[in-house]
Order: sequence, then structure tokens, then C-alpha cells
Amino acid sequence: MKRINRNFKVRNFHQAKWDEPIIFELSNKGERGILVPKAEEEIEKTVGDGLSALPENMKRKEAPNLPEISQPRVLRHYMRLSQETLGADVNIEIGQGTCTVKYSPKINEALARLPEMTELHPLQDESTVQGILEIMYKTDLYMREISGMDRFTFQPSGGSQAIMTMASIVRNYFREKGEEEQRDEIITTIYSHPSDAAAPAVKGYKIIYIHPDEEGYPDFEAFKEAVSERTAAFIVANPEDTGVYNPRVKEFTELVHKAGGLCCYDQANANGLLGITRAKEAGFDMCFFNLHKTFSTPHGCGGPAVGATGVTKALEKYLPAPLIDYDGEKYFLNYEVTNNPYSIGKVRLFNGVAPVVLKAYAWIMSMGAEGLYEVAKVAVLNNNYLFKKLMEIDCVDAPYIRGKQRVEQVRYSLEKLTKDTGITTGDIQRRMMDFGMHYWTSHHPYYVPEPATLEPTETPSKEDLDEYIETLKHIFKEAYESPEIIKTAPHRSVCHQIDESGMDDPEKWAITWRTYLKKYKE
Amino acid sequence: MAIKGFKNHPYIPNSVPEVQQEMLKEIGLNSLEELHAEVPEELKLKENMNLPKAFQSEYELRRHVEGLLKKNKSCNEYLNFLGAGCWQHYVPAICDEINSRGEFLTAYGGEAYNDFGRFQSLFEYQSLMAELVDMEVVNVPTMDWAQAAATAVRMASRIVDRKEVLVPRAMDPEKFLIMKNYCDPDITLIPVDYDKDTGLMDLEDLKNKLSSKTAAVYFENPSYLGFIEVNGQKISDMAHEVGALSVVGVDPSSLGVLEPPVRYGANIVCGDLQPLGIHMNYGGGQAGFIATMDEEKYVMEYPSRLFGIAPTIVEGEYGFGDVAYDRTSFGNHREHGKEYVGTQAALWGITAGVYLATMGPRGMEELGQNILQKSQYAINRLNSIKGVIGSRFNTVNFKEFVVDFNATGKTVKEINRELLAKGIFGGKDLSSEFPEMGQCALYCVTEIHTKTDIDRLITAIEEILHS
Amino acid sequence: MKKLGLIINPIAGMGGSVGLKGTDGVLDKALELGAIPRAPLRGKKALEELLDIKDEIEILTCSGDMGEHVALELGFNTRLVHIQTSDSTSNEDTQIAAKNMLNENVDLILFAGGDGTARDIYNAVADKAVVIGIPAGVKIHSPVYAQNPSKAGQLAKLYLTEKIDKIQEVEVLDIDEEAYRAGKVNTSLYGYLKIPFERKFVQNRKAGTPMSQEASQNLISLDIIDNMEDGVYYIVGPGTTTRPIMKNLDLPYTLLGVDVVLNKEIYAIDVTEKQLIDITENNKCKLIITPIGGQGYLFGRGNQQLSPKVLNAIGKENIIVAATKEKLSELKGNPFLVDTGDEKTDEMLSGYIKVITGYREKTIYKIKA
Repeated sequence: MKRINRNFKVRNFHQAKWDEPIIFELSNKGERGILVPKAEEEIEKTVGDGLSALPENMKRKEAPNLPEISQPRVLRHYMRLSQETLGADVNIEIGQGTCTVKYSPKINEALARLPEMTELHPLQDESTVQGILEIMYKTDLYMREISGMDRFTFQPSGGSQAIMTMASIVRNYFREKGEEEQRDEIITTIYSHPSDAAAPAVKGYKIIYIHPDEEGYPDFEAFKEAVSERTAAFIVANPEDTGVYNPRVKEFTELVHKAGGLCCYDQANANGLLGITRAKEAGFDMCFFNLHKTFSTPHGCGGPAVGATGVTKALEKYLPAPLIDYDGEKYFLNYEVTNNPYSIGKVRLFNGVAPVVLKAYAWIMSMGAEGLYEVAKVAVLNNNYLFKKLMEIDCVDAPYIRGKQRVEQVRYSLEKLTKDTGITTGDIQRRMMDFGMHYWTSHHPYYVPEPATLEPTETPSKEDLDEYIETLKHIFKEAYESPEIIKTAPHRSVCHQIDESGMDDPEKWAITWRTYLKKYKE
Repeated sequence: MAIKGFKNHPYIPNSVPEVQQEMLKEIGLNSLEELHAEVPEELKLKENMNLPKAFQSEYELRRHVEGLLKKNKSCNEYLNFLGAGCWQHYVPAICDEINSRGEFLTAYGGEAYNDFGRFQSLFEYQSLMAELVDMEVVNVPTMDWAQAAATAVRMASRIVDRKEVLVPRAMDPEKFLIMKNYCDPDITLIPVDYDKDTGLMDLEDLKNKLSSKTAAVYFENPSYLGFIEVNGQKISDMAHEVGALSVVGVDPSSLGVLEPPVRYGANIVCGDLQPLGIHMNYGGGQAGFIATMDEEKYVMEYPSRLFGIAPTIVEGEYGFGDVAYDRTSFGNHREHGKEYVGTQAALWGITAGVYLATMGPRGMEELGQNILQKSQYAINRLNSIKGVIGSRFNTVNFKEFVVDFNATGKTVKEINRELLAKGIFGGKDLSSEFPEMGQCALYCVTEIHTKTDIDRLITAIEEILHS
Repeated sequence: MKKLGLIINPIAGMGGSVGLKGTDGVLDKALELGAIPRAPLRGKKALEELLDIKDEIEILTCSGDMGEHVALELGFNTRLVHIQTSDSTSNEDTQIAAKNMLNENVDLILFAGGDGTARDIYNAVADKAVVIGIPAGVKIHSPVYAQNPSKAGQLAKLYLTEKIDKIQEVEVLDIDEEAYRAGKVNTSLYGYLKIPFERKFVQNRKAGTPMSQEASQNLISLDIIDNMEDGVYYIVGPGTTTRPIMKNLDLPYTLLGVDVVLNKEIYAIDVTEKQLIDITENNKCKLIITPIGGQGYLFGRGNQQLSPKVLNAIGKENIIVAATKEKLSELKGNPFLVDTGDEKTDEMLSGYIKVITGYREKTIYKIKA
């Protein structure tokens, strides 16, 4: 028998397709998925059926219309759906730019699933949760060292909530200073994450956007026009989503401070900077890290997650309560630091998403300072290798700083390909699926024409990077020679092109199975 | 060289020096130090950060973390009666099996083609949850109940274009703080008093506080303090009379036996998914849901993603997509659909879906009944202890209830300390949150408690109080 | 049965094929140089996309090369609504045909041509019909044209089969061909046509929900209205971006002209330069203006009323620029342009300006003279 040819340029891939019904279609009357413990006889003797205590108007009249399915069928259904999902564990995860999808070590997951973690109630006596408190406290210490900030909270359960937390701190800081009314503007840049504007807007701020200059750096002259006595804060990513690092960042933060404003660092793009440079030295008053990105905890289809938010000593009192502290003997929940009317109170129930913190802790402990530095160096090496190779392709471009390095990601432009062939970046995205790979365009609106944002992280090997590059090359060739195959893609993914035309139409959209049945009678 | 890297690290294939040299050469550089050329020297760290040395093997890491975790006393080891927003329920093994699958666990932002299973399972979650609450639209999960409630009242505020929200004073003070911060400075939350005997919302106070400024009345069922708000319909009616919406928070584990809020006038329903197959995780298992009917004015105000089912170009094939992706606000109100979305709690949504599919209608009903019986039994038994009142409020409870220790001569703190010594986590001490109640504690009894467990609690309290 | 209007401007594109940068007024020269009609072929390419639904549509068209030939060749159910009288087609033929189609209540007009043709269609139907342009001319600046003939046909099919029902208004732009041939690009805005709005594949599944253009424009107008001061004359420039201001205030307006608002009431409509000079000389005024899509001209294109004299009287600090973020993104990083005809005024205007891009949301943007 011959071996598989390992010198392939592109992979002969086909995704699992199970053609699985919607779960309700699996229902068979009388089937049970699990048996629920019953009340013991004596309990029943004492209190009866329990139900009769309910007032009539509060009793459920019709049982919920949930499906009735045996356990093996439920399991098989979800196993099949899992196989139809392209998690980072099964693909070369380069294509989800800005998301920092890296290897999530299995050992960390295994540790987080131990009962000493999963079976903890958040209100247990402190003496019975010393282990998890120690882990959270130490992770705080490590975050401080990595950022230069003085105190972290793990309550924000995602990047956007972290930004909202920072904006809340900004508001309460100026409320205390009596400048809340006057300072109603927050400045950000167009290549920072859209939530850097959206979350502060929820907190009642006016937003001012800065565009880049020709080089792709936030335009300092425009920034000067924006900063004033109305400026509450500057919230920015650096590098931005273009992968361009703003070397003048300190001048920006100094200007804001001079005008009396605060500086918030969106560190969603921190992966290439670990152990290289920090929020503190760049002049920021606050920052946050996505533990589910930079610190390796799995994305879980979109959470649970943590946006660990750190502040300088001066801003500690505005943090949500409680903070996690250590008195030299024991770890405890500290309500004292934030016990003042200007603390933002709380942003998440209890004490944050502890298992995510645990996984980040385990990751840091498997890296150490040298490992984090290696992560940053290799993430940047991988990115610049990919950058170099892709820029050699005629139809690929990347606007801004020519001939200089990008940090951990690049926003490319396929404008030439589109002009030449009519194939858009969205078409490429669908075709990449036929090779088992993700490919992400950009947030809207597309400031870079026909954008593609790729972020390799430290996880892929050189062979992985080469395979991704070869796949893209193959598809670009198709664009010129047989564009039809791209336009009609995907062909080897789970399903074919989706007709989304009904998705904006209240008469046609179906957000649940029951509305589907109502709107589409056969 | 002041800074060192970690070569040949098992998680970093390209930490192999030879490969690095080859790649550096390819991009025209000589060493790793030449990377990060764009970062100015004065911003660069000059030496390695001060962090503990990395473990040299996975085994050492495991020993270390296991050692730390062993310092915890879990609710497997101790008998737990704490609830108050995070509840100990039985987690069917199938739930962990599914949410441990690497494909789900490590997926993120792919499309409905290659992340098909993620879209279908979340669409199914929305559909299953919709059946449980008897509504038509459910979102992809948000952070927790508090966030869901905060978002729900913001939605209501946009829909009716008003800025005041009435909330029960007997709600979780921490949830109140979260909602308050999220609504500040736009929307004002005004607490409505509760009846001292029943815990129910004081309808007189509600009437006085309702006005043409009221955007919504928010209340919960079962309430934070465990009692069932039997006046749901009245409260909804009163809200509707002034043109406000009725927003109801609900514990989904109750919905096998309790009437879903839409049947007593709720316009927006929210709550927490944690009871549905998700471990407590020290509070990390919370996830919020929001539900409404399928009307454009509601759908357009969701800041969350809503997955919809759609045809593909091949007949008889399901596809999925984002409903009303360019969601725009209705009418001319200034506060537009600008709440952010992002990473929230999707994996818990998938898990809750697995749970509901496994439990089925009978399972949910039995669960509800079982909880009712056991909590009633516990109240009954507590009442038998001299000086203890099993349930301070003379209303029916679900799962949780306020135990009154005022006549015992001991504080809840003292009692809980002694219970702890006996391996029992007593109910949450309410004395600082509700000082007017004196020495009361919020106890939680679910299907995981056996008669023996409850009897053990009773014996322990008796010993503490009377020996 | 759906009615589809089909108009092919058979001479469109002929100038370009022989290097003439447009065919307006130079057809004879083009023919002399040996230009071959290409519009009918492109029209045919678009129609091929509709063959699947041949039985569900009736094509209403014009005689000969203006549509009849290709429609019959592909076997469509065809009816003539206009017969050309002379050998060579004129602008009038296009306009008469379009008007006749309007009277027949066609569901959609598919037309092949260039910017000149789009102007003719606009003159005939304005906002009363839904149209799609098949790009066939030399100059294609108007977004009314699909990316290529096949895309035009596909879009028509989606619309006729009711797969899409949303409508979008897009600019009808044209450049002065004589000036263009002399190497100068002067684009003017002539009006707006309605085209079907296709929901593209959603490609951005990670961020918040972006808003539709209409919603963004509405929010911009609310921001401007909320900040209007009493006693100040608001001079409202042309375009769909500024239109919601007038609509939300419930005032009459001109889409292509300049209107003036005082104390949220209409003060003057479709004003001339002279009127503006009178108003701006003696009163505090603010000017609300939006750039031309894709090019970024703030002044000097399609709003000649806003002369250097008027602009100087208003002053840069009183200019309010409104543009959606999508509109800014279409400029691909290029600055706003001003070409008032007066260097000093252009200089006064250049630098940075705050652009209202949403409700309580601004963008600092560069202006270049």
C-alpha cells in the first residue's frame, strides 16, 4: 500500500457533514434523556406532592414543549454537531485575525474541571476557598508585572465588558472631581476594536474617531484637534488591528494627561508584546487583557471569558468589588479598597469567571517570563514570515508602513484581485472553508478595501504557515483561472451557500424552531 | 543579552532555534532581537519580567495546581445550602461531555459553513429555551442574569423611550449594583418596597412610583429571597396601564412547574442559565438569557446576536445566519442599538441546550416538583426547631427561603461558623443586606439534597442552638 | 407575470473603445475611428442570468439595438414600448422609452450604458421606478451600475423573484466630458436613483451590529437637530445625508439644492448664491454639508451656490460636515477635497475638520485644497 503523498500543496479536505435534524425533529413521545431523583417517601408523606402548595395562577398549565429524546440520541446529535464545528483544536488557526486563537493546553482544561474548582459556591466561607483565591491573587500579581499596572479585577467577562468597566471608571473618576459634565468625550481610533467606541457610548460618552495618517499611525495632528478640556479619556489599541505599532504612543498619552484626561489601553492585541513593552511605560492609566486570547484559555464558541482589567494605584478605589487580597496569612475578598461612593460597584455577579483565571494562571506557570517573551517573539516572527510570503504574491497588498515590520497581525488588501477577477475577499473566505481553514475579513466598515486580517500567534509551525500560504496561492490562482468555483464556494464544508435573504425580513426570519414552524407550514 | 526566551517549548513549535534562524533569514533578519523594531527603545523592557520560573514539565504543573485546589473544600465534600444567584444542581454527565469537546471548546468566530455545529447548537439552544419560557425569541447568551436584566431594561427604555425603571427593593443588592452601573447615567433605577409579611412587591408603593416616565417594571420569579411573586399579573397590568413594559427575571429550573412569565404579562423575560447543566464554578458558570415575542420592535432592540435558520441553495439543507444583522433602532430615539456585543458565554448556551434536550418536559416538571417538595420539607423541619422560623415570609417559595434565627439568640454568622465546623455551608447571611430582618439567612434546597442531607442540617442546627 | 423594462444605449462605450473618454457629442468621430457597439452584448450577458425565470417575466423594450434584438434572440416574451425613428439613438429615445415604461408600471428597469445614460434615466423617472444599470459606457461613476453585466442580471433576478425587497438610493454622478477629455475631472451630482439593495454575505461575525446607511444618516441628523441653536441660520447643502434633517424637522427641501433653516422652520428653499450672500453677510450662519461619495469633494462639485464669498462669510468654524462612516471608508484614506475656484478660500478650508458620523459621534478628518 502506498503512503499518502505528504508533498501536497493543498489539503484534500472535506468537513464532516451529518445532515442532522433540528433537535425537535428527534422527539419521540415517551422517550427520556435522564431520570431525575425523586423525593423520598417520607418527604412526600410530610409535604405531599409539593405542587398543591402553589397558588393556582402560578402553576404551569401546559408542560413546556421540549423534545423527548433518549440519551444516546441526544449525545449522538451533539457529537455530530461538534464534528461540524471547526474548532482551533482541529485546524491551522491563522485566519481569525484580532482573535488570537492559540493552543489551549489540555492540562489547563483538565485542572479547571476538577471538582475542587467546579463544585465551589462563590459564597463559601473564605477559609474553604483558599486555593482558588490564591490562584486569583497570584494571577493578579502576574498581570501587574506583565502590564505595570497596580491592581486587577477579573469580573469583566469579556473584552467588551472590560472596556465598559474602564469607561465606567472614567465616569466615576470625573464625577468625584466634579468634572463629569464637562468631560463628555472619549477619543479612539478607527482601527481599534469597535467596542472601544460602543461600550463608552453606553456609558453616555460622545465618541471622537481618529483616522490614520498615510503611514497608518493614528494621525497625531488630527489627535491634537480632538484633545481638549472636554476629553474624558483616550481608549486605543496598540498595535491596532492593522498590526501597526504606534511608536509615538507616549506622546499621545502625554497630550491627554496634559489636558486632564485618562488613557485606557485595549490590550486585545497584546500577544506580540508580552515581555517586550508594557502599558505603564507607554503612559496608560488602565488596560485590559483578554485571558481567552493572549493567555490561552479556549474561546468556547464565544465565552465564558475574562477581560482582566488593571489600573494604577490612583484608580484602584473605582474598581468593582470585591478585590482579591492577601494579608500575609490568608487570602481574602477585599471590600475595603472600593468602599467609597465612587467605586463602580460591580460588573459581574460574584467574583469573576474563576475557571478562566485558573487556566490563565496555569498557562503563565508553564511559560514563566522566558516563555512569555518567547511567545511574543515567535508570534511576531510567524506573522512577519507570513507577511513577507504573502506580499510576494502579486494580488496581495497591505496598506501603510512599507518595508517595516508588523507586530502580531496584518490587515491585507485584495483590492487588486477583486479588480482583476471580480472575486471579493468574502468569496475567498468561503473558498478557504473548502480547505478546512478560517479566514477573516475585517470589522465594518472596510477602511482597507477588500480586507483580510490574519494573525498566526505562536501556535503554528513553519509547515503550518506554509500550508496556509499555499492554500491562499491556490485559491488566488483559481480566481484568475476558474473563478466560478470560488463564487459558488463552499463545496466541501458542512453546507452550501446560505440564502440569507430572509434574515432581515420579520415575516421570514426564524430565530427559534417554533417560529420556523409558524412561518413555514409545509 | 539581558532577556532570555524559552527554547523548544512544547506549545511553541517555532521556538526551535534552527527553525527560527531559517525563518529570520527568510525575512531578512539575523536575530529575534531585531523583531519589534517598531517599538521605541525607551518603551522596551530591558530584562525578563519578574515572574515565577516556569514548571519544567506538565506533571509538575499538575501537581502544583492540584495542590492549590486541594486547599479548597468543595460542595462535594461539604453539604451546601448556599444559593443566592448560584445554585447547586445535578449536572448530567452528558453536559460536560459535550462542552468538553475540543471542537466546541476551542471554536470562536467562524462562519455558519465551517462552524455549522456551533450555529445549529446555539439556534437549538434558543429554540429550547423559548419553549421553556413560552416565548418566541431568545438571544445567544450574555454574561449573567444581572447583565441580561440590565440589557432588558435598556431595551425597554429604548422601546418606550423613557428613562425610569422600577425594581424590587427585595432584589439581590449586587445585581442591583450591576444594573445601576450599566444604566448610569442614562436610566434611573427606583426601588419599590416589599411587604414585610409576604416579601411581595408593595403594590401601593408601586402605584405611587409608576408614572408616565416609567419605562419598565422589573421583578423576579422566584424572587431573590425565594418567594413566588404571585401578583405577577397585577404588576404587569399596572405597568402596562402607564405605558411601561413588564420585565421579569426568572430561574429556569422553576419553569417545569411555575407558569412562565409571559402568561402573566411579561414583555421581556431574562434570567440565568447556570441551573441548566452548568457547574457553579465559584460563580464562573453564570450566563444570562433574554426572551421576547417575535415582534420587530423587540427583535430590533436586542444588542445580542440572534441566530436564525435559513435555506441554502440546495433544497432540503439547513443553513444558519444572523437575523437582522444590521440591527437598527426603531423610530427616532437617540439612544440607538449601540450596546456592544462580543465574547460572552456561548459555551454555557450550548450546555443549557444539551440539558434541556436531555431533561425533556417530564424531566423539567419532575425537577420542579422535587425542588418544591424538598424545600417545603426543609422549611417544615426547620420550623420544628425551637426559635427558628423555617420561612420568614408567609408565601410559597421555590428552591430558596429566608430562615429566621432572630429568636435563637445567636447570629447567623455564629451559626454558620459552627455549621462549617460540622462540614455544612449554611445559607447566605442576610443581616447586612437586609438589616431590617435582623438575623436571617437565605437557604437553598435543590434536587441534589436527600432527606438525610436535610435531616443532617436540622440535627446540626439543633445541636448548635440547644446543646 | 413581472414586467421588466430594458433599455440599451447601443452607442454607450463606443468612445472609449477608440480612446475618446466618453461618447457624448463625439459619436460620429467614434464611428469614423471604427468603434463597434458593445452595449448590446453586455445587455445580453445580463439577460442571460434571467433565462431561468423566462416564463415569469415580460420584457418591455425598444426597437432594434435598444433592446428588442437581444431580448428576442434569447427567446424572451417581448413587447415594444418605443420605436426609434432615426437611425442613431439619441438621449431622447432613452428618456421617452423610460417614461413609457413608467406608464406601463414596470417592476424594474434594466438599462445598459454609462453615466450619461444614467442621467437620462434619472431625468425620465427620477425616484418613481426601481432601476439597475448594466455597465457598458466609458464613464461609470454612478453607483447605480452593478459591478459587471452578470451581477446586474443576478440582482435583477433576485429582485424580480422577490428574494430581495429593500431599496437603496444611490447617486447619479457624471463628469463633464469635455473637461475630462482635457484632463480635468469635474464630477457633478445630478440626482438619485433607486436600486434594489442586496444583503451581501455577512462577513463580520465578531463585532457589534453595524447600522444601515439610512439609520446612520438618521442618527447624524438627530445629532445636528439636537444641537441647533435658535437665531442661527442653518444652510443645508444637497444630498441624501442631509435630507433626514429636513425630514425629521418636517420641512420642505430640495435634494440637489441648498435650503435654509431658521429656528427649525424653513427660511428659504433652493437658494442661489446671491440669496446666500445676503443671508450670510448679516447673520450668524452654519453650513451643513456632506462630501460627494467616493471622491470626497466638499465644495466645488455640484454646489456652486456655496461660492468662495459665501464660504468666507460663514467661516470654517461654522461648517458642519456630515458623513456616515461607510462614506468615509469609501474614500480609502484620501482626504476631503475642496476646489472652490479661489485658492485663498481653499487654503482657509484645508486642515482638519470634525465630521459628524453618528449620534454623539464625530470623526476628525483631513481636508486638502
